[in-house]
Formats: sequence, structure tokens, C-alpha cells
Amino acid sequence: MKSIMDWLKRNEVLSLSVLAALILVVFPLVLEPFRLNLVGKYLTYGFVAIGLVMLWGYGGVLSLGQGVFFGLGGYCMAMFLKLEASDPESTKIQSTPGIPDFMDWNQLTALPLWWKPFKSFPFTLAAVILVPTLLAFVIGFALFKRRVGGVYFAIITQAVALILSVLIIGRQGYTGGVNGITDLKTLLGWDIRTDSARLTLYFVTAGVLLASIVLCRWVQKSKLGTLLLAMRDKEDRVRFSGYDVAMFKVFAFCLAAALAGIGGALFTLQVGFMSPSFVGIVPSIEMVIYTAVGGRMSLVGAVYGALLVNFGKTFFSESFPDLWLFLMAALFIGVTMAFPNGLAGLYDSHIKPWLARRKAAKAEPPKAQPPLAADSTSAAADKATGAVAAARADSKPGTGPLQPPAGPAPATGQTA
Amino acid sequence: MSSPIVLACEDLTVSFDGFKAIDKLNLYIEKGELRVIIGPNGAGKTTLLDLICGKTRATGGSIKFKDAELTKLPEYEIVRAGVGRKFQTPSIYENLTVFKNLEVSFPRGRGVFGALAFRCTPDVRERVEQVALEIGLQDDLETESGLLSHGQKQWLEIGMLLMQEPELLMLDEPIAGMSVRERELTADLLKRISANRSVIVIEHDMDFVEKIAHKVTVMHQGKILAEGNMEKVQNDPRVIDVYLGH
Repeated sequence: MKSIMDWLKRNEVLSLSVLAALILVVFPLVLEPFRLNLVGKYLTYGFVAIGLVMLWGYGGVLSLGQGVFFGLGGYCMAMFLKLEASDPESTKIQSTPGIPDFMDWNQLTALPLWWKPFKSFPFTLAAVILVPTLLAFVIGFALFKRRVGGVYFAIITQAVALILSVLIIGRQGYTGGVNGITDLKTLLGWDIRTDSARLTLYFVTAGVLLASIVLCRWVQKSKLGTLLLAMRDKEDRVRFSGYDVAMFKVFAFCLAAALAGIGGALFTLQVGFMSPSFVGIVPSIEMVIYTAVGGRMSLVGAVYGALLVNFGKTFFSESFPDLWLFLMAALFIGVTMAFPNGLAGLYDSHIKPWLARRKAAKAEPPKAQPPLAADSTSAAADKATGAVAAARADSKPGTGPLQPPAGPAPATGQTA
Repeated sequence: MSSPIVLACEDLTVSFDGFKAIDKLNLYIEKGELRVIIGPNGAGKTTLLDLICGKTRATGGSIKFKDAELTKLPEYEIVRAGVGRKFQTPSIYENLTVFKNLEVSFPRGRGVFGALAFRCTPDVRERVEQVALEIGLQDDLETESGLLSHGQKQWLEIGMLLMQEPELLMLDEPIAGMSVRERELTADLLKRISANRSVIVIEHDMDFVEKIAHKVTVMHQGKILAEGNMEKVQNDPRVIDVYLGH
């Protein structure tokens, strides 16, 4: 059993390293700057996708409103960048210089009070995480404490997504309306539109994403992660073991929201604008599809899901713009019906056993490579403990004739 | 026998759309007592446990546990006050090992951040091993609990409750589906664990009841029909009429 756990751990590190190598080395080497910037944009959706792994995969709570948090993070960053781009010098043709252009067009003559703190970069950084987290806390606390869950929760989060996008579009003078906040130029004087800046931002995004995966993995491995999984199957048992189940769900929701907010802020930095089209119902559902395709139990899988679906989206919408939405819907239905654990689930059920068989076959002749040898010995050791356990079960006093042979737990489809 | 009263239900009533599942019921459990509740189906036995542990809210009356009024507390507070509840079907985390099942039930790190910071320190490990020994699963700590036999699952759930050291333990049909040998072991287990806490058991098997009960309460239509030692209850004509049969 111990050796299986060791192997899983190694496997986990391996899958994270492969992802890291792909996004930190392979993509920057083979892709031209324009395409790399696109990948950077997709990676920001990866934040939402891993948040959904924690909330939906682990917590068993499906949110169809993650676009709200992505958007809030993105808007916080966009507000800061917009204020920086709207210095009195470059806006001197406006009737009120020094305020964002869309405010001027909407006859605002002063910066609204709630925009003012966004002149500060540290405040903005905090807001990127705290604003989505606080909103998630309020929604989560109100709903989970009243035991609202499942479909009802999903519908309410959709409603929130709709409300926020309608609000943003309706309050044009404060939010930039349907166009969003555009013409973002510099971050603390650093031009973010150049290729070199975009390359730097790409690496920042990739690095923060990998760090977020490690953080989520840590949460999954803590008692809190165990409790989330336990709640998914036996909520009452957890509740009647003295845990306030609602607060654990609130935590998962806040974590997912904070990650989405970070993703949104990095999106704004790389794409150079933020608009309500990333907030509403459709983008929120798309985000769920990334996680479903990648595998909702796998953090690394979810990132691949975000990358693949977006590659598909870009490819198909360049070639067959009308077909894409139908394809995406078909993809979602297909994935949910055919392989509910997504790509990571397929890897676990098909490729991993095949690899293990190959390794076992290869390891027959004396020690080919260190990891292979370790694997085969672990398998052998496992068989041995199985036999011992079975023998022990037979001889153990107090087990009736109904006792099934107690073998060791099979290596279940646990994913990194 | 005049130990202090641990649990006092008074005038307890719950009605579901006008149907009174529990009707002005009074029940007192003493410290260190093992009480068995019997009664025909639909008598309200499980509902009574649901009321005490907070799963169902009372329409009227009070439930006093030591000095705390339970009817208003949220479920997790009732558990933390010292009331443990085992469900009728084994309710364990099937994908986790026996060790993990017990570890998760250890009463520390119950808040969100407490759970994040929780570490399996030597005292936790020691307590898990101690409880595993008590429930006879000491050799199965690394077994995935879904692979246990039905009887072992029932014991594991009792073990998960023991981890919390409850002062009142409520068990809903703990021997359902067990083999004869497993029943005997369970009876011994219940006797041992009731030594320093109060236990309420719902059970149908009269041989088993006879073996473990200090006192028996017979429920019928949401009310208490009879209460007393086994002999008295068995010879009560009303009990024979509604439950035991002729």
C-alpha cells in the first residue's frame, strides 16, 4: 500500500512536470508570439478550470457562474490600467480630462468614489482576489447555510452571472458598458502591448498557474480535502461528525472564486481589455466545459481541458464560425455521457494500465531503468501483502463465515 | 440506581403535515445507562433519534442534554456537545481506508482553517489504533473501507463515533444484517462502550435486546407504551398486544 502511494506521488509530480515543461518550454519555443499570447489567454481560463476541480470535482457543487468571478478579477485589473491610461495629459481633449474616456462620453464629470482606490496598485492586487472571494462568501454563506445545493445552486449562480452582465452593460458610465474597458496601455509605466511584455506576462501566468495547482493539491491532501470528498458521498455522516458542512462548501466556493479572479486579472493584462462578454452565462458554461473535458477530479487535466477546448474553439471558429457553438455543445454532452471523468479519467482507465503492463513486461529482464524496477517491485510487494491479508482474514477470530476475503485496496483511479 | 440524568426529553412533539410522529413524549436517560428502544414499524423510534441529533426539528417540547437545550442547536453543535449518532445503514466513507475514516472523525480541526492545518500527530494515531482495537479492525487499518464486510462497516461507524468520545451514543439497528458471531461481538462491544457513557439503541432482535439492555422503552404511535426492565416489558399485556405478539 505504501509503495502504491509512493508511486502515485511520483506520478503526480511527473504529470505536473510534463505540464510545466509543455507550457514553460515547448510552447514558448515552437509558437510565434501571436499564438503564444493566445495560449497565455487560454491559461488564464485554466485558473477557472482548476477552481472548478476544487468546487465541482472535490466539493460536488457545480457553479455555472464562474464567469462572474473571472470578470470581477479582470475588471479590477482593468480599472487600475484604465486609470493609468487616463492621465490628464493623454485625455486633454475630453471635456473632463483625467477620467476614463467612456465616463467622459457619458457626461460624468468626476471619477466615481468607488473607482478612486483603484489608483493604487497594491489595492488593486488585493481587490483582484478579495472582491471575487467576498462575493462568493456572501452567495455561498446565504445558500449553503440554507442547504441550497445541486441544481438550485447552479441556477442561482447562472442568475448572478446574468445580473452582473446586465448591470455592467446597463451602467455604461461607470463600467464602459457593452464595450467593456478598452485601450489599456501600461502597467506602472511598463507597456503591456509589446511582444516582450506579452512574453513576460505569459511566463507570469504560467508560473502563477503552476503555483496554484500546487496550492490546490495541498488543500486536496489536507484533512479539508478529505472532508470535501467525504461530504460529496456522505454529507450527513460528515455533518453528524461535528463539522459545519456549509462552511466547507463556502470555502471551496471562495477558493474557486479567488482563482477565477486571478485568472481574470491575468487575462486583462494579456489581452488588453475586459468586457461583459467574459462575465455572462455563456462564458460561465464554457468554463465548466473546460473542466468537464479535462477531468473534474484532476487539476492538471483541467488545464489541458482549458487548452484543448480553446484550441478547438480558435481553430473551428476561424474555419467554421457558425458550427463552433454546436460542436461545443456536442462535446459537452458527449464527454458527460461517454467519459464523465474527462481526459484525465480516460488516461487513468486506459493509458495508465497499458503503461503499467508495458513497464511490467520490460522490467522482466534485470533492472532496465530505476523507476521501472521500483514499479515492478511495488506490484510484487502488493501481491504479497494481498496474500498475507487474505490468509490473515481466514485465520482471524471474530470474522464470521460471511466474511469476504479481505485483499488490499486496488489502486483506484486516483488522478494527480 | 440514581445516576444523574444526561438526556431529558419533555413533551417532545413533532408533526409532519398534521401527523404526529412523536406525541408529547417524555424520556429520561441516565449517565452510564444502556437503553434499548423497541416498537413496531412506524412507532417513531428513528424519528426520536433524528430529533435528538437535530436532523429533524421538533414542533414542540424540549430536549435537554446535560444543561444544553438541543432543539435549537445546529447539528454540528449537538455533536460537539457530546451526542453521537449512528445511522441505520452503515454510513462510512467507502473510498477511504479504515485509518482515514477514523482519523477524519477525530475531534480536532473541525473548522475550515483547522482542517487545513490538521496533522496526523502521534496522539491522533494512537487514538485511531486504540479505537480500531476496540472495534476489532486493528489489522485492517489500511484496507479501503468499502471492501469491509457489512458487519465490519457497522463496527467502523461505531468506531468513528467513539473517536469523538461522545457522552451519549445513539445507534439505530446496529446488528441488522450481521451474522450470529458478529452479533455476539457487537453485544460485547456495546457493553464495553456503555461503561462510561450513555447509549440508546434501537433494535428489533429480542434476543439481542435481552442480552444488552439495562432498561427497555417500548414505543407505539409516537408515544411511550411501556418502560422498565426486560422482564416487566415482556409481560406487559399492552406490549404483547401491539408488538411482541402472542
